[in-house]
Amino acid sequence: MPSLFATTREYSGITLVDLSGRISLGDGSALLRKTVRDLLDEGRTKIILNLGDVNYIDSSGIGELVSGFTAVRNRGGELKLLNLTKKVHDLLQITKLFTVFDVFNDESTAMRSFD
Amino acid sequence: MAPETKHLEVTLDTHVESVNLAEEMCVRVAEAAGFNEDECYRIGMSVREGVINAFHYGNQEKPEKKIHLEIELTEERMIIHVLDEGRGFRLTDVPDPLAQENLLSTSGRGIFLMKAFMDEFDVHPGKTGGAELVMAKRLPPLGNPTNNRNGSASNSGAPHQEA
Repeated sequence: MPSLFATTREYSGITLVDLSGRISLGDGSALLRKTVRDLLDEGRTKIILNLGDVNYIDSSGIGELVSGFTAVRNRGGELKLLNLTKKVHDLLQITKLFTVFDVFNDESTAMRSFD
Repeated sequence: MAPETKHLEVTLDTHVESVNLAEEMCVRVAEAAGFNEDECYRIGMSVREGVINAFHYGNQEKPEKKIHLEIELTEERMIIHVLDEGRGFRLTDVPDPLAQENLLSTSGRGIFLMKAFMDEFDVHPGKTGGAELVMAKRLPPLGNPTNNRNGSASNSGAPHQEA
């Protein structure tokens, strides 16, 4: 069974990616990479990753988040994070990535942040 | 009488699945040793990062090389050794992932996480020429209601006693 699932929704030019499972070495990280690359190939550069159902991220997953962030920014867009679980929140805090990503707890606030 | 030490050794293939296997194995031992859920997560994550390090950096994903995992359970600590068959490295040569210039690096956080999540962490030259990561976590005190070390934990995942 895949360790990560991703579904996308689009509103007013903003793409929300609902992720659930683990973003870790192997298929989880690979799926996140492919999802972000596919969105960029389609010209979608305003992206919110909803991590509300992501219960585990390892260093490979962190690397993939950073890679996605950089790839989107290099296309002139923005990648933001929504609904971090406590474990993911703590992980981003100790790795100082909280200072890098825009993080939101509320979907509508995250959407409005692109205005 | 000498204090009881339990000891488990496993040789793993250089394969992505070994990362999950090592993590699951160590979490089961940690649960049986009485660590609470948070500590089990931290131990599991540290072992995972250690085996990723061996898989990717040490053995360079070469399938003919092996990863050696060793778990010791003493009266006071759970000690985990992860040994690869690579060229070895010095801890002082590992870049700081919290440095401003490394924040957007897509790799290099594994050692940092092991140091953050375990009570002790070090790297030694391995007997087979690679790097040996050694990490340890103090066992929770007996009688603490937030841990599982009060006689209720199952022993199903505990390692066998050293001969």
